[in-house]
Amino acid sequence: MKLIFRSMARYKKPIAIAILIKLFGTIFELLLPYILEHIIDEVVPAGDLVLVLSWGLAMFVSAVLCRTFNVMANRKSVDNANRSSYEIRQALFEKTINLSGETFDTFGLPSLISRMTSDSYNVQTVVQQLQTLCVRAPMMLFGGIVVSLFMDWELAMILVVLMPVLLLIILLVVRKGIPMFTVVQQKLDVVVRVMRENITGIRVVKALSKESYEKKRFGAANEDMTSQDIKAASIMAIPGPLMQLFLNVGLTVVVLFGAFRVNAGHMRPGVILAFLTYFNMIAMGVMGLTRIFMTISKASASADRIDEVLQCVEPEPKRAAISEHVADNAANEVAQDPADEEAFIVFDHVNFSYGEGSADHEGFMGLEREKALSDITFKIRKGESLGIIGPTGCGKTTIVNLLMHFYEADEGKITVDGRDVASYEKDELRRKFGTVFQNDRIFQDTLKENINFGRNVSEEAMWAAAHDAQVADYIETLPEGLSYEAAIAGANLSGGQKQRILVARALAADPEILILDDSSSALDYKTDAAMRRAIAKHHPDTTTIMIAQRVSSVMNMTQILVMEDGKAIGLGDHESLLATCETYREVYEVQMGALGAAAAEGR
Amino acid sequence: MPGRGDRGRVKERPKDTKGTMLRILSYMMVHKWKVLLFLVLAILSNLGNLLGPRFAGNAISVAEEGYKIGVGAVDMPRVAQFALYMLIAYVGSNILSFLVHIGMMRVGRTIAKQMRTDVFEKLEKLPVSYFDRNQAGDIISRVSYDIDVVSTSLSSDVIQILTSLITVVGSFVMMCLISIPLVLCMVFTIPVSIAFTRMMSKKTRPLYAKRSAAYGQMNGFAEEMFTGQKTILAYAYEDETSRKFSDINRTAAEAYKNADGLGMTMGPTIGLISNIGLAAIGMGGAVLYLFEIVGLGQISSFVLYSRKFSGPINEISNIINEIFSALAAAERVFALLDQPEEAKDIYGAEVLTDCRGHVEAEEITFGYTPEKEILHDVSLEAKPGETIAIVGPTGAGKTTIINLLMRFYDPVSGRILVDERDHTDYTMESLRRNYAMVLQDTWVFRGTIYDNIAYGKEDATMEEVVAAAKAARIHSFIMRLPEGYETVISEDGGNISKGQKQLLTIARAMLYNTNMLILDEATSNVDTNTERQVQKAIRSLMKGKTSFVIAHRLSTIQNADQILVIDHGGIRERGTHEELMQKRGFYYQMYASQFD
Repeated sequence: MKLIFRSMARYKKPIAIAILIKLFGTIFELLLPYILEHIIDEVVPAGDLVLVLSWGLAMFVSAVLCRTFNVMANRKSVDNANRSSYEIRQALFEKTINLSGETFDTFGLPSLISRMTSDSYNVQTVVQQLQTLCVRAPMMLFGGIVVSLFMDWELAMILVVLMPVLLLIILLVVRKGIPMFTVVQQKLDVVVRVMRENITGIRVVKALSKESYEKKRFGAANEDMTSQDIKAASIMAIPGPLMQLFLNVGLTVVVLFGAFRVNAGHMRPGVILAFLTYFNMIAMGVMGLTRIFMTISKASASADRIDEVLQCVEPEPKRAAISEHVADNAANEVAQDPADEEAFIVFDHVNFSYGEGSADHEGFMGLEREKALSDITFKIRKGESLGIIGPTGCGKTTIVNLLMHFYEADEGKITVDGRDVASYEKDELRRKFGTVFQNDRIFQDTLKENINFGRNVSEEAMWAAAHDAQVADYIETLPEGLSYEAAIAGANLSGGQKQRILVARALAADPEILILDDSSSALDYKTDAAMRRAIAKHHPDTTTIMIAQRVSSVMNMTQILVMEDGKAIGLGDHESLLATCETYREVYEVQMGALGAAAAEGR
Repeated sequence: MPGRGDRGRVKERPKDTKGTMLRILSYMMVHKWKVLLFLVLAILSNLGNLLGPRFAGNAISVAEEGYKIGVGAVDMPRVAQFALYMLIAYVGSNILSFLVHIGMMRVGRTIAKQMRTDVFEKLEKLPVSYFDRNQAGDIISRVSYDIDVVSTSLSSDVIQILTSLITVVGSFVMMCLISIPLVLCMVFTIPVSIAFTRMMSKKTRPLYAKRSAAYGQMNGFAEEMFTGQKTILAYAYEDETSRKFSDINRTAAEAYKNADGLGMTMGPTIGLISNIGLAAIGMGGAVLYLFEIVGLGQISSFVLYSRKFSGPINEISNIINEIFSALAAAERVFALLDQPEEAKDIYGAEVLTDCRGHVEAEEITFGYTPEKEILHDVSLEAKPGETIAIVGPTGAGKTTIINLLMRFYDPVSGRILVDERDHTDYTMESLRRNYAMVLQDTWVFRGTIYDNIAYGKEDATMEEVVAAAKAARIHSFIMRLPEGYETVISEDGGNISKGQKQLLTIARAMLYNTNMLILDEATSNVDTNTERQVQKAIRSLMKGKTSFVIAHRLSTIQNADQILVIDHGGIRERGTHEELMQKRGFYYQMYASQFD
């Protein structure tokens, strides 16, 4: 709700102008019937044709003015709504895209999407309607009351008594209605979620012929949402007719009470007639007000959901103080510790667990609160490489998450180039990286832009990266070349092509640090090996961290970190690990097989 | 725009208003008795509303008569009587209109629910290719936003239009009864209004359609970017993305401004026309009065009715805007509903039962687009219980073979036989049910672990699920979760890793007992320790089943009965591991290169 007023406040002036123009329009609109009555009551009986014509002309002029002002006001209000909702959407998008990993997880992807789409639309509608509706209705309501008070204040008391009752009704209903619409939105989230699950999992659904089961599942969510929606809408349907009812009863009382007063000689019967006219005006004003409240109450649930994102405060950096200290003394520190002089990336006794800031998070985030990383320590020198292998869920990806500062370590220190990662400007840190995540995404855009990714990489650099990533041959076969349009999520590319383009993206800006998280799973060994050779050859200064399942992918790295349950159980080069780390040796033997080991020796 | 072949520009084709309306009407027809009842009630309610002022007038007349006689001469019992009538008419009218309101709202929501169901059921029938081509966000925006627009419009606009119509017709009749010459003074406004409305609607309708499309595009973009948020952050691409969004956002805003900006001129203009009519009545009335054709009283009541007449016309033009956006929204929903469905089973298709698992492909050729062949003349035969390993460089067409076996797509030429019969002779459902499948993209849904594993087999007992989980080596992981098998996984698997998701889907396939199995890079993400155990389990799962395995880890396929080496859409080599190694060909090279 606050969001609506806040965003309207930003456009105070143009909105005020729109309202002012609307005010003029409304004045002329209300003027018209008076001129007409004047013609009929005064001018016509006089029989002066010229006077009739000139008053008629006056009517015509006010009709034209009325239209002009109203059109202007409407245009202005559309424009204002348009600009403010553009800003809301833009702000929401930018905020969302910049959310930290933790906060993003807390909101959840589907919910963020529906806030961006349907909620922002609701707000847009209300911002526009408020401007056009909020002039006429109050004017009619209060104008009507004032005039009738002047005409006969005793009769008008009926209205004065009625008004608070009506306002109370509106208030009560709005109070009850708003939370109900919030529930409706939540249920809509469920409907959307089930639908999304079906869209993303359509192959599985079809393969298992679960269509009818899914229909039932969707049906239940749909039913649930609809019934909640009907409930909320039923509540909101009450005030309109109820208020009319009150007004109509009031009308009857006016007639009856008026007749008494006429009977007593206090009043002319014509006043009753006039009162009825004003009563109608007031009734219309009340109806308009109700409509405004309806719209507001529906939109305010949406506005609050948007505001929740916009106002959400990212958790404070856990060790902000330390970071600043490190930043200040970065130079000193390196000098003081000669052993670290060449250490480019350092993990120093790092501990981490997920989901801290969000204790109320559903699902089994609770489980993740056990340590994802415990006491991880390693150093990589510039231009060297680190391979990380270990079972699923052992914390390999978490290392990347912390290194790139998507999440903040609970304890310990992580430095890049001698500075704590927390001390970097976010983008300053991340510009050092070229990263391919597990399940990374190709976006709907040209291959060129997918590789360039807004970094002004030269075409030659792109081709060089494509060559290193072993995808240049493929791109050359495409008639459009680099301008080939990738479909949503790269659907028109095979898994291997996607991974290679992602690697090209990571390499294109010649990053200081290259991170490949399981980025060769869809590649055959030959391509994988060729890619690794090309990277080593053409990017000698790049520090590489490679997360892999295959020993063959990491065995040539300077160091290999073997992980299990968030702990390091081996760190060293291939030869030394074969000698010292039992797990590593086992994995090696299983993967390479006796045959493979022989072939390796034979070379 | 006849004649010219503008098939590519479907979006700009003139919209089929009538067809869309008829389709919405067909949704209404389900509730025709209810709608009819509400219609009658609405008419009665309107009647009450028209009668109210009349009784009020009667009461006032009685008071006036008394007033003329003197103080205390008003016939109060009669006044009270009319006041009572008035009260009854009004209260009755209000109650009825409340009922109509609620009733129509329910009908609208029920229709929306039906539409959502239809869309969803349609989705279940669409070919897989549709989902490869379209953004989830765009599809969802049709369900969450477009249908909502239609429903809102149905709930309020229909009744409002109909009651307005009653008022318009009723007051026009009254006007005619009062004075035909006066009617003639203002009658010109009617055709002008109609012509204007028509002209405007022609202009605004495509604008509203554009608006709908622009919003769909914007939503689709937002969704894609939110989904890839981490990547965007990693490349400090936020600002560029925001700038791109800003363009799309602005386009949507422009489309909105164009549509509503023009739409919003409609009301005031219609108002102008009716106000000019009013002026004409004033002037014409004066003239007619001078010629003693009408009396003053007649003019007054004529004016009253003419206001009643023009009021709804103003409203209608407002409503028409809403209806346009509803029609555009409905069209998008119907466009989805009109998508060609997945190939239906041929007439007399049989249910595939007791499948032995004999699979044969005869010279199949296939491309996702006509221009680009992915597979060319591929033939293969898998005898019951055999394991066929499919290997080859990335992009060679391995996944495509799976798509064809499962009938996610059908080959352009050639055919696939299962148990010596063309597999299109079987019902699609029974054919697919005979394959167990573990796909490259693991998929879990929001639900308990139990539900996720038991997904392929309704009525699976807890024992069966546990056995499958044990076989997939994920049981102990599950038991460590706070609520074990009842733990709820969030959509997209939330915080469980890809490998754990894969184990879950393997467990799912374990439970799903079939004679044919498809593993698409199923093990490429599971770490080696777990994989050793999973391999054992999968090997026992594969026992007696015809299995198609796509894997890059050669150790997993060394035991295959046949290895097909796919390259450039064709089979380059085939044979067992030993045969191919001895041949020292393409396979040997691929194999050796892993040790570089």
